[in-house]
Amino acid sequence: MASEVQDIDVNEQFQFTAKAKKTLFTILGVGVVSLVIGIIIEMVGGGAEHASLTPVNDSMASTNAMAAEEGHAYHWWNKLFVNMWINNVYFTGLALIGVFWVAVQYVASAGWSAGFKRVPEAFGYFLPITGVLTLVVFILANHDMFHWTHANLYDKSSPSYDPIIDGKKGFFYIPGSDSVPSIPIFYYIRMVFFFIIWVLMFNLIRKQSILEDMNGGLKHYRKMITISGAFLVFFGLSSSVSAWDWVMSIDTHWFSTMFGWYVFASWFVSGLAAITLFLVMLMEAGYLKILNENHLHDMGKFVFGFSIFWTYIWFSQFLLIYYANIPEESIYFYERLTSDNYSKYIFFNLMLNFLFPFLVLMTRDAKRKMTLLKIVCVVVLVGHWFDFFLMITPGTLKENGSFGFMEVGVTMIYLFGFLWVVLNNLSKHKLIAVNHPMLQESIHHTT
Amino acid sequence: MESNKHFVVGIFNDQDILINAVKKIRSEGVKIHEVYSPYPVHHLEHALGYKRSHMPVAAFFFGLTGTILAILMQTLMMGVDWPMIIGGKPFISIPAFVPVTFELTVLLAAYGMGFYFFITQDLGPTRVPRIFDRRATDDKHVMAIDLSENTRSEDELKVLLESVEAEESYRKDFTDEENEPSFGKYLIDVLTNGVTSSSRQLN
Repeated sequence: MASEVQDIDVNEQFQFTAKAKKTLFTILGVGVVSLVIGIIIEMVGGGAEHASLTPVNDSMASTNAMAAEEGHAYHWWNKLFVNMWINNVYFTGLALIGVFWVAVQYVASAGWSAGFKRVPEAFGYFLPITGVLTLVVFILANHDMFHWTHANLYDKSSPSYDPIIDGKKGFFYIPGSDSVPSIPIFYYIRMVFFFIIWVLMFNLIRKQSILEDMNGGLKHYRKMITISGAFLVFFGLSSSVSAWDWVMSIDTHWFSTMFGWYVFASWFVSGLAAITLFLVMLMEAGYLKILNENHLHDMGKFVFGFSIFWTYIWFSQFLLIYYANIPEESIYFYERLTSDNYSKYIFFNLMLNFLFPFLVLMTRDAKRKMTLLKIVCVVVLVGHWFDFFLMITPGTLKENGSFGFMEVGVTMIYLFGFLWVVLNNLSKHKLIAVNHPMLQESIHHTT
Repeated sequence: MESNKHFVVGIFNDQDILINAVKKIRSEGVKIHEVYSPYPVHHLEHALGYKRSHMPVAAFFFGLTGTILAILMQTLMMGVDWPMIIGGKPFISIPAFVPVTFELTVLLAAYGMGFYFFITQDLGPTRVPRIFDRRATDDKHVMAIDLSENTRSEDELKVLLESVEAEESYRKDFTDEENEPSFGKYLIDVLTNGVTSSSRQLN
């Protein structure tokens, strides 16, 4: 059988054509228009109307009262910043999972994925951009999004003194110190440190990958295994901590020991769906000729399996909170399930992210069909966007949050950026790692 | 059971040669009774033209049975037969039922698949192995061609087997006793003489 595929040309180069660019600009255009409509709707009175609604429960009422005291009335830009934050977290995840995927393949000595490893690798180029955006949005909007950034919470003489948040200050400000500086130093250090190390390690991996194209041999492959191992260790810690920092700290009183895993599961399955979608699109455009339905089958298994993994994590978190019924834990789901704005999305979320991929991708044939994979991957990507929407919006926008034009607009602008950066960088080097020592194994891969 | 007794057996050393041989022999219109190999050979089932197994479909329905059974069981127990207040939850509280439902789904799917496999593959406990060549459990691939299923003669089949690089080929006859073995006799035979003597002796 080896002889059948040996004469396939692996020297492919992705062309970032004017047509593709035009499609991307259409996405950008629709996104900008949608964003402008969304902003106008919010300015004209969507917000004021919502604000007059009775708060859903006591906790929301109290935090609202507190917010009003501090002069944080709802403005349309609050929603814009929250939307940017959702997409920062979401697209950081996609970019990071690209690097994570490559690292896992190297550490596991996986051969089957060698043929398309350039695709997830290119995701990593979006990391510096989300890094800067995350930092900028946090600097601009930390008081609007993160309740714990208010100094009076830590002031024992203030009426809004919060002993629970005061007990967590070491994690945000200076560990082991009682002082509360005006900026959360430790929080900033973590954010910057994580992004710098991620970008640095991604660049190391990418550099070796490009050098391998030119020099061949096993030297770069071995180096990449070392870098990947180091990256995985760092990723294991940093992905969890960044999930606490960027997502869980929004609901400052609340905590879940599973949250790091929950965010990782959501990131991973959306990253896998994105990789699969890229592969299918590239194959349909005539690239990656060495791939066939066997590779897609394995990617389909990944999307299927990790959709169930995400559901498992989601449900494990939910069940323990539901069963124990401790007020400070159940508030998280109480806020979301009793709210008119968010309750519908909880079940929508479960349907998109569990039922749909579970039932559609169950059979072997479904995982080998490009059309079905494409549909499922898009649904999973949308579904996990809603997952992050559900994690971030209720704690930040309270009863003002909703899904509308602004959400679509901001997400499409981010999507444009992500696709542009990834495709642009894909076109700069060979689409297939021609000197990867396991390339032949990947070409002959069967399931 | 006269019809199932005479075979021509081909011995192969290499899996690639085996697969090419299977393809070649089948393309000549010869029906292969069965191929025995010491380990699973990739693509052999495609070369032999086996249809996809119904196992996945069966597994789905076994699992579905488990799901329905679990939900029914818990609803009837906790909702109708003996309602209990646990943690202030409703009698029929779906989230609390999920772990048990999941476990029963997996349990029934797993057991169902196991039994389904044994039954469809005729691997019941009273099954007596009919051994063509004992080297099939060691280092050789063994192909059996049933003479009664093919129009070709024994010699023609031997020539064909040799033309596709079979290491050796020979005729293998099973007696009526070996063909329709009695489980009791087989058990006694194994217990007294070790592994049954119906297999070809190793040199």
